Amino acid sequence: MDMPVPLHHYLILSGILFSVGVVGVLTRRNAIVVYMCIELMLNSVNLTLIAFSRQLGDLNGQLFTFMVMAVAAAEAAVGLGIIIALFRNRQSVDVDDVNLLKG
Amino acid sequence: MQLLIFYGFGFLALFSGIAMIMSRQPVTSALLMILNMFCLAGLYAQLGAHLIAALQVMVYAGAIMVLVLFVIMFLNLREKAGIVSKHGVMTQAVGIAVLGFVITAMVSKLDMAKLPAAKAPAADFGSVVAIGRVLFTDYLLPFEITSVLLLAAIVGAVVLAKRKV
Amino acid sequence: MVIVPPSIDLAAVGPELILTGAASLLLLVGVFLKEQSRFLNPWIALLGVILAAGCASSSLFPHTTFQGMYAADLFTRFFKLLFLLGTGMTILISIKYTADEQIEHAEYYALLLFATIGMMLMAAASDLVTVFLGIETLSLSLYVLAGYTRTRLVSNEASLKYFLLGGFATGFLLYGIALIYGSTGHTNLAKIAYAVSHGNLNTGLLTIGALLLLVGLGFKVAAVPFHQWTPDVYQGAPIPVTAFMSAGPKAAVLAVMIRVFEQSIAFMNVDWTVWITILAILTMTVGNIAALVQSDAKRMLAFSSISHAGYAMVGMAAASREGSSAVLYYMLVYTFMNIGAFGILALVARQNEQRTAMRDFTGFAYKNPALAFIMTILVFSLAGIPPMAGFMAKFYIFMSAIKAGQNFLVLAAVLNSAIGIYYYLRFAIYMYMKEDEAPSTLPPLRASLGLILALVISLYGVIRLGVLPAEYLDFAGKALLTF
Repeated sequence: MDMPVPLHHYLILSGILFSVGVVGVLTRRNAIVVYMCIELMLNSVNLTLIAFSRQLGDLNGQLFTFMVMAVAAAEAAVGLGIIIALFRNRQSVDVDDVNLLKG
Repeated sequence: MQLLIFYGFGFLALFSGIAMIMSRQPVTSALLMILNMFCLAGLYAQLGAHLIAALQVMVYAGAIMVLVLFVIMFLNLREKAGIVSKHGVMTQAVGIAVLGFVITAMVSKLDMAKLPAAKAPAADFGSVVAIGRVLFTDYLLPFEITSVLLLAAIVGAVVLAKRKV
Repeated sequence: MVIVPPSIDLAAVGPELILTGAASLLLLVGVFLKEQSRFLNPWIALLGVILAAGCASSSLFPHTTFQGMYAADLFTRFFKLLFLLGTGMTILISIKYTADEQIEHAEYYALLLFATIGMMLMAAASDLVTVFLGIETLSLSLYVLAGYTRTRLVSNEASLKYFLLGGFATGFLLYGIALIYGSTGHTNLAKIAYAVSHGNLNTGLLTIGALLLLVGLGFKVAAVPFHQWTPDVYQGAPIPVTAFMSAGPKAAVLAVMIRVFEQSIAFMNVDWTVWITILAILTMTVGNIAALVQSDAKRMLAFSSISHAGYAMVGMAAASREGSSAVLYYMLVYTFMNIGAFGILALVARQNEQRTAMRDFTGFAYKNPALAFIMTILVFSLAGIPPMAGFMAKFYIFMSAIKAGQNFLVLAAVLNSAIGIYYYLRFAIYMYMKEDEAPSTLPPLRASLGLILALVISLYGVIRLGVLPAEYLDFAGKALLTF
């Protein structure tokens, strides 16, 4: 085995991926793409958890990732249900019509 | 060697992530997302999380993204004009500010000396046995909560998507 | 290989088990029951809530169980009873509404119960895993409930908006948890507290983690500037669901905040009360000013619920045991008064929620004097006018903040209360002072049995807690001693 990759490499990668997800959520207009950007954010968090888990030699991080995956699956089911219900009524999944960030 | 694997998967993950938020077609986005998840699975395996890496491929890339792809094709979604939402300039500025903030905060606040020191993991670190043992003892309650959560999600999805309840 | 069996205390999670059972029963009954007997659904749910409340108030084991994942203490018990109260009242005001809108399904009530289970787990969580799963159980149920009237486009849109921004917030919350885990090495709150006070930690990571966690929780409690989803979601959701969302879930998030910030990472060398203070001032002010200009009663109540979360955060900013117990008391009072007010709104709005504007309350006092009188008491309480409970709740919050030396914060809160009095009194003005111009052709409004029961509970709470608050305050105070 050669030198392991230093921890901060993983942290910076996941930080950047998280930010990419944030930008996607804030800028895209297709609800499904916005949803995928949220998944990207969750994935980058999983990477952070697993990197720390390896560093600390502690399984809690991996177990947490396990739970995040279960929740992501549940969110996918509900989210796509919501999108289908909306599509039935409006024939579009454009978030501009929903005015996502207007108070 | 390890570093090479990291950079290979890392750059591919980054590329697919950025390409995902920039691509015009939702289907392309979804496929890029799957690529991204595969890369992350590779990194998980490198970090000793073998079970999680397998689950990442099976659950995330396999089940969740297939469901997403199915819905995209089912609804026949296509971007008509412009992928960027109209609420535009303001939120984009916020988004880029957040991006800058997180990256700079991560890099500048990383006091390398105080990051947790690497510990040698146990021999069966991240194996099915090791994870299973913790999951059914320490994580028994969260495991059971997950079952309630999934039941609620199933009920919710059925209620919303069914034509007539 | 030896596996040590985990500590399992089923009695501690009794209320959750009963609610899960009731929800499963509802789902099963929903399959076999004929359409005519759907009226049974709310009563089954209510029975579950009452049994769970009985279980919550009888069993008490001041300890953590399930390997430190679940804290069974007085704090948990206080919140469990508060959530069950909110859920019970929501079910009562839902009965007529769901019948009118033809959504009287078993699933609606089952989802309310699932949401309640999520809230209970949040209040009982002594580990960030349980916090996360509780929040998600609650949120997923609420996303669906917000969109439950599927044929109304506003309801669909509310649901989508809530889902996307809720998922976004979950991302921040999780990132915060991940960084806290990384810097302390634990997800258990007690162990985090120990690591924070004893260890030589990476404070940068911990601070960013705590900040991101606060952003995530801020989204869920609708604190300004993370409140953008609130007005539209509250307006689009069915009225009983809005009533439900405005009380219990906010209390649950505040419970998590108290446990995490005041108990766990309180010893961090960054002054987190400054963050809460800023959030509290923004939340109160923006919520109140936006409520001031609304002409729609439902939207007005939505904005005002934002400002109420702000008042509760004033108590958190005091960062004292007194302040936290004032928060508990405040949320209890708020549950009593707000769900009652929404119940009357649901009645006035009529079918399909067509009449939710303030002017639809015109002349209400002449047609339904009793209901108008109750509504007046409730809005007086919401505005914080003595001798109603709303006044006492605000009073204790402000006192605790003054004792903590947060004079500026209290000044802001008092000014905000003055704005609140103005817009809440508009209800009374519309009901009593204005004549109905055109003689209405609409059928007269009649309160259903469920609404009457809910209003009786609500009135009892508002007057009892306003006149004789000592017993409940004592309970709230003791709840914080058993951490």
